[in-house]
Amino acid sequence: MELREFINFPGLTFPGLKITLLKPDIFFKQWYSWYSKIHSSHLESPLEVFHNHVYRLGIPDSHIVLMLADDMACNYRNPKPATVFSHKNMELNVYGDDVEVDYRGYEVTVENFLRVLTGRLPPSTPRSKRLLSDDRSNILIYLTGHGGNGFLKFQDSEEISNMELADAFEQMWQKRRYNELLFIIDTCQGASMYERFYSPNLMALASSQVGEDSLSHQPDLGIGVHLMDKYTFYLLEFLEEVHPASQANMNDLFKVCPQSQCVSTPGHRTDLFQRDPGSVLITDFFGSVRKVEITKDTINLTSPVEPPIKRSGSSDIQIESLTYVDQLPVAEIIHQKPKQKDWHPPDGFILGLWTLILLVFFQTYGIKHLKHIF
Amino acid sequence: MAALQLEKQRGRYAALAIAAVVIVVGIPLWWKTTETYRAWLPFSEISELDSLQVHALRPSSRQNHVCDSIGSAMIYNRVFDKADLSLHMLSESSCGSVVVYVIPESSTLLPEDVKVYVGQRRTALLRSPPFKTSWNLKEVLSNLDVEVEQVVSTMSFGHQDIVAALSNRVRMTKVTKESMADSMRAIKSSPGYEITFSLLNPDPKSHSLHWDIEGAVQSYIQPLLNKLAPIANFSVDSQILYYAVLGVNPRFDNSVSAYTLSADSLSHVINPVEARLGSNAASSNPVLNFLLYVPDAHHSPLFIRDHSKRKVPSNAFHSPRWGGIMVYNVNEMYGPEAERPVDININMAKVMGVFLAQLRLMLGVQHTHPPTGFVLQSPGSAGLADWELDRLLWSRSVENIATASTTITSLAQLLDQIGNIVINDNIAQQVSSAVTSLQSAVAELEAGNLAFALQYSREAILASERAFFDPSLLHLLYFPDDQKFAIYIPLFLPMCVPIVLSLLKIVSEAKKRRADKQAKSD
Repeated sequence: MELREFINFPGLTFPGLKITLLKPDIFFKQWYSWYSKIHSSHLESPLEVFHNHVYRLGIPDSHIVLMLADDMACNYRNPKPATVFSHKNMELNVYGDDVEVDYRGYEVTVENFLRVLTGRLPPSTPRSKRLLSDDRSNILIYLTGHGGNGFLKFQDSEEISNMELADAFEQMWQKRRYNELLFIIDTCQGASMYERFYSPNLMALASSQVGEDSLSHQPDLGIGVHLMDKYTFYLLEFLEEVHPASQANMNDLFKVCPQSQCVSTPGHRTDLFQRDPGSVLITDFFGSVRKVEITKDTINLTSPVEPPIKRSGSSDIQIESLTYVDQLPVAEIIHQKPKQKDWHPPDGFILGLWTLILLVFFQTYGIKHLKHIF
Repeated sequence: MAALQLEKQRGRYAALAIAAVVIVVGIPLWWKTTETYRAWLPFSEISELDSLQVHALRPSSRQNHVCDSIGSAMIYNRVFDKADLSLHMLSESSCGSVVVYVIPESSTLLPEDVKVYVGQRRTALLRSPPFKTSWNLKEVLSNLDVEVEQVVSTMSFGHQDIVAALSNRVRMTKVTKESMADSMRAIKSSPGYEITFSLLNPDPKSHSLHWDIEGAVQSYIQPLLNKLAPIANFSVDSQILYYAVLGVNPRFDNSVSAYTLSADSLSHVINPVEARLGSNAASSNPVLNFLLYVPDAHHSPLFIRDHSKRKVPSNAFHSPRWGGIMVYNVNEMYGPEAERPVDININMAKVMGVFLAQLRLMLGVQHTHPPTGFVLQSPGSAGLADWELDRLLWSRSVENIATASTTITSLAQLLDQIGNIVINDNIAQQVSSAVTSLQSAVAELEAGNLAFALQYSREAILASERAFFDPSLLHLLYFPDDQKFAIYIPLFLPMCVPIVLSLLKIVSEAKKRRADKQAKSD
């Protein structure tokens, strides 16, 4: 057995990567209440990250848990229904045919998010809504929305605090639900969210420090809201250059969006991470390349006693012609005669017409004929 | 004046009575009603589990039958596998034990160069080294110790296997690369597994494929799964996918006039295909996928090359903890003049041989590298030799015990730390049963009863997982202290202020009266 394939990834079989993406705000409420502030619309960010990059770098849908709090694609104010564009020139529809949103709308709550992370879901939850990671999985979590010092807003009425998040990660570690975890957050004062982490193998990136706001990038004048946050925009620009065999490492990721571009100061935290960030590849978290081994041994099996049924040539097989079943034989169901229509007196038009004809008649032939009629 | 005094007295008594009610009745009532229900958990026993030490006993018995009494026909024909069978009938070997039969050096039962023959069940034939006739039985046996030890360590588990089973909780410094790779390849212990066989037909216009998957699973896979029934529940599905292509373009190799897939491109094959594979949405058991890919007519034949560019005889590869893919070439089964689509029957014996080998690897049946002079009997249609099964059971038991004890201790720690989580009765019951099962499992393991130990460890892990992942254990009750104050102050402060003030007034009046009395008496 070749052991070479294990040497590059110490302690890793395959970076089976799962992503949780979150966009916790209600879009249009925010448009009215925050119109004067420069905040983004947020929905395009996780969709961009998802559609363009993570998918391209090899993570299948079954390994992605996508939570979108808004349904902007189908909102009645969207001038182009069922589409969400990340750039104002509308070249790329990030809400394509194959986007699989696992939690949408009102299902995006703090409780559901924590349940997905810790695994405490009711038994009836389907596989696509669960985080089925094991002790060899690397997890990438990307959150965006509105936040403050120590909290992140969900659905305008709930918050998740940094302590809850830290406790959730500790429970994940206790059950070995991850090997390494990368946490990216793009909100105001995002660095406060990772201050309280205390579990091993966590690395965190935030778009702004405590006391700073994260700003949005470009507005779409057609719908009147901003399409993306600055940090996410530059992060995506960075990810464009990453391909499955890329050797870019985390130190490059930390340099994304310096203060000159982002106005806010991005922060990161690596003290809980056991490996040196310079040796961690971007594709460890953003992509997924499976380890494969060649199968060297086989088992010799004898054929079973009955040979499999040999099918003769297709001409011998009788195939019935297939038709659609007449599912609603109307003629058999309805046996009644057509209903007699009720008599209605002639309406105004007919009356008027006849009056006109009579008048013309008597005008022509004189009034003396009237006595013959009446 | 007296009436005023009486009024004041009544007022004082009223204030005292109200204060008494608040303190004696109100505060306990408030405490009780705002308490979270927490059922009793055996915390002391759980903390004992934290420092659990398991001594696994590996029973082996040495039979010193001198095997000339085996049917002479067998000796003459050197049919040692049949001899092994009859020896197995001689003594009932319990699960987990290894029986070694020692045959004299001069015996012709085993060929010349073979020192040990390891049978399909739990027995092994060992040719004894030469010994002096003057030795008594004790000396003979002690002379054999080294050889027997070698046999037993091949057939049964060793220190490395146990450490590999605990790989996610133990630092892997002292483990060989081989067993680390084994531990990474084997899927983690789980109460159930789903096995899915998929036939990928990218070219239905040319090939009309027929595979008798039901019969093949029944004859080849089901015996193995029946044997592994003590470990987990298995469910088997199959499907056929049309127009499913591999994500990688194979290259045409002129030297063999065939298409080839190099070992490096194999890693990129799985992810695009995985999107098309369904799975049973109702269960969250791990899935093992086995794919059979029949290349389309334009890209046939398709061969896999390993790292040294040699052809792979099985034409298959596997990915740890996911499953395996085999490429089945059909271009030789028909000529160019055949009418499309061509009916093709897939040879399930060959396919299942590969899948069975991959399945064994996925489930954690470790590679054995026996020392020289050892011959291992092939497991045959059962797929798994009994002693291999025993090895798997040992490592599974240890893994289950370790996982269950860690789960329980971390759950206890979590519940201790976060005082706001409600602990329902069913959780407490699950935890208690997990603790008792764990203790029984450890006791059975120490006694060497492998079957019981595995059963108890399975119960322990089921109960502990159910307790840990119970949906009611959600601690969405993180209230920082300032929020707690903000909630209680508007409720209690307006009520408490008059009570406290009146109590203070009573106390100050009583002090004044005492001072007056003191002054009067002086």
